[in-house]
Amino acid sequence: MVKDIFNRIYLFLIFVFLYAPIAVLIIFSFNNSKSRANWNGFTLKWYLQLFRDPDIKKALYYTILIAIISSIISTIIGTAAAIGIHSMSKWKKSLVMNITYLPILNPDIVTGISLMILFIFLKVRLGFVSMLLAHVTFNIPYVILSVMPKLKQLNKHLYEAALDLGASPTYAFFKVILPEIMPGIITGALLAFTLSLDDFVISFFTAGSGVTNLSIAIYSMARRGVNPTINALSTLMFLSVLILLFIVNKRTSKDIKEEKN
Amino acid sequence: MKKLNFALFLLIILAALGLSGCSQQNKLVLNVYNWGDYIDESVIEDFEKEYGIKVNYDTYATNEDMYVKIKSGGSDYDVIFPSDYMIEKMINENLLQKINLDNIPNFELIDDQFKNLDYDPNNEYSVPYMWGTVGILYNKTMVDDPVDSWDILWNEKYAGQIFMLDSQRESIGVALQKLGYSLNTRDVNELEQAKQTLIEQKPLVLAYVGDEVKDKMVGGEGALAVVWSGDAVTCKQENPDLEYVIPKEGSNFWFDAMVIPTTSKNKEAAEKFINYLCETEVALKNTEYIGYSTPHAKAKEMLDEEIKNDRTAYPLPEDIANCEIYKDLGDFVSEFDKVWTEIMAQ
Amino acid sequence: MKKKWISYSYVLWMTVFIVVPLVLVLFFSFMSSTDGDFSFTLEHYRRFMDFKEPYIKVLWRSVLLAGISTIICLVLGYPVAMILASKKMSKKSFLMFLFVLPMWMNFLLRTYAWMTLLEKNGFINMILSFFNIGPLQLLYNEGAVILGMVYNFLPFMVLPIYSVLRKIDHSVIEAAEDLGADQFTVFRKIIFPLSLPGVFSGISMVFMPAVTTFVISRLLGGGQFMLIGNLIERQFLLAGDWNFGSAVSIVMMLIILISMAVMSKYDKEHEGGGLW
Repeated sequence: MVKDIFNRIYLFLIFVFLYAPIAVLIIFSFNNSKSRANWNGFTLKWYLQLFRDPDIKKALYYTILIAIISSIISTIIGTAAAIGIHSMSKWKKSLVMNITYLPILNPDIVTGISLMILFIFLKVRLGFVSMLLAHVTFNIPYVILSVMPKLKQLNKHLYEAALDLGASPTYAFFKVILPEIMPGIITGALLAFTLSLDDFVISFFTAGSGVTNLSIAIYSMARRGVNPTINALSTLMFLSVLILLFIVNKRTSKDIKEEKN
Repeated sequence: MKKLNFALFLLIILAALGLSGCSQQNKLVLNVYNWGDYIDESVIEDFEKEYGIKVNYDTYATNEDMYVKIKSGGSDYDVIFPSDYMIEKMINENLLQKINLDNIPNFELIDDQFKNLDYDPNNEYSVPYMWGTVGILYNKTMVDDPVDSWDILWNEKYAGQIFMLDSQRESIGVALQKLGYSLNTRDVNELEQAKQTLIEQKPLVLAYVGDEVKDKMVGGEGALAVVWSGDAVTCKQENPDLEYVIPKEGSNFWFDAMVIPTTSKNKEAAEKFINYLCETEVALKNTEYIGYSTPHAKAKEMLDEEIKNDRTAYPLPEDIANCEIYKDLGDFVSEFDKVWTEIMAQ
Repeated sequence: MKKKWISYSYVLWMTVFIVVPLVLVLFFSFMSSTDGDFSFTLEHYRRFMDFKEPYIKVLWRSVLLAGISTIICLVLGYPVAMILASKKMSKKSFLMFLFVLPMWMNFLLRTYAWMTLLEKNGFINMILSFFNIGPLQLLYNEGAVILGMVYNFLPFMVLPIYSVLRKIDHSVIEAAEDLGADQFTVFRKIIFPLSLPGVFSGISMVFMPAVTTFVISRLLGGGQFMLIGNLIERQFLLAGDWNFGSAVSIVMMLIILISMAVMSKYDKEHEGGGLW
């Protein structure tokens, strides 16, 4: 039981560490001053300004759209790739995995500029599609790295056993392999989504006129200082996802309780 | 299954939101590229309503980021807002179109001292937007020596309380001016001396910062900082203990101006937009929102007495007697970069 | 068979979007200037390796800081993964999402928030002053940079380890316990070795980006330390020297690949999972 309490305290401390800056962000979204040093009274004016700002709304729209689409696409391609790689011969596997690591270890600026040059060379007009392709490109390696450990952990004979019992390869795949590696797939999708939301450099160089995302909007304020409307937006985003999480959690625990009964 | 349905639902909503923005297919579109938070948003809306032109407003963080995008040829922006040395560079590399000033009648409302500046001597490619200076911001309660020279940033009394800018041209420029040299020097020896001076200063510097210097100074984290005048104005408003001064050795005089790149396909609409931003009411709105100094003579007249007479925002001729504008360093910029790397790697 | 077709389509994608841009970078690194003459040269590599220049020092410092941050992430993150993996079913996913949620707030904003927390008149020092400690210099030093890196990369370490720990075959653990092994031995001989693939993924996803990051050192380090990420970024943008920048990137890539390969020697069950 001591171990249990110790575990809880440790987890709690880690969460405090993770959420401390978020708390600061939220508090300053209500600050009646652009400065992060002075507290000048409580205000909702940044929230009001947020609703009147068309560019931030556009940035938010593209950010979420690209994050969702690119994480879905990269999860599908990444999972398929991981499975394919897993069954490759040793040296081919090594080669492909090494190349897969490259986007992770390349500095963003190098990836961003080289992709930009590639798109221009291929006469792909910079815009929504180019940014999407760039996001998928840097997301796939993370999905592969998340799914591979689960594939290694997989019992090799499970698939064969299913086939022996008369399942078709597709059925065996969807009903046997996929559920086993699902945690890895979800981890990969989550990481891909997170990376997409936050990317600046690569997005900046592969985006075109009329397409932007939140990170670009925020980093572009580097010279002027970040406008607190961004804090307001972040607070709203954070609270809405948090509330969503709580609702889903309540629902699933209710389902489980009903099942038990 | 539930999760899948939810995701689909989300996608449909997003698609609906997106499509609702697609209804103005037949309108002319103007692509504007500017610094972040550098315009009063209502100005764009008003322009769209008055001229029936849709504006795509994108942002960039630094001149250099913008330069790479434009130079690579992959984008088609119509109006951009580069700084002085970048305009010079872009003119030299044939990246800009000449502006027909006949289409910009409001140009005459710009104060004459801001026309035909060094980076665009015949005023063929640019129309000024905002300007300012660089100087020392200091906390009166923490500094008891007179502040009138760059030397004070090397004063050991203030060790650990000095903020320098994390920008190679700005910081090396400070050292060059302290030594009496030009900001735009191409002399390797002068640069070497500047390097030594900055290395000597490094132990006294608390940090090399970017825009966060405003919050730091307002919060009393440091006694002295190198800042842009526009930021100094805001800082002084937030913390009355702060004061700004342009050192007697001279400093940097900076300008951001509107230009039309050669890749633009809507020169006419671009000129309309530039002209619109030069209307008195509009220029006034912008300078009040951004807080930087406007080159628009009429707009300046309509400002609050307090701001108009603030020497930080609108310095007197004697304050800026020794100020220089940045010139494009061309290939020599790699020397600056080498020096900066050596200083930072200590 | 189906699997071959899947892997070939990925190889195609990979070739276009990863290999081709890389070849471009490699090409730049061997050219003497981006426009004009295309003469082959090793000048950029020579310049980087020159011990009179500060570049090697910068690279070494980056690798060191990234290494320390990765180790701290592992030490702090592994217990988190273990605790999360042992929770009841419904709470597991919920906690995991809660863990990742802060990462969905923009990184620049969160780093600014850390500055507010760590500065001399900041929140942490304010609390410490109640105990008559300080004010401590918590910002603008290597510690602050490491804190920033750990903060940013911790979830990347925890998630892969967590997803592997979730499905460890409990019968193996039970068997070990039946045979008389205590908690510590069970962990050392069974749980940890079985979780190694996840650990390795976590280390890759933390160490590699940590070496090339530059925002953290710029904001939390006060620009006092130049890291290799800053150097490369400046070559491409400020100095306009894409050739040198490319050369530095290639050298850095090689160094990281080598250090990861050395580390992978410890993963006995490697079966050629990349990094030589």
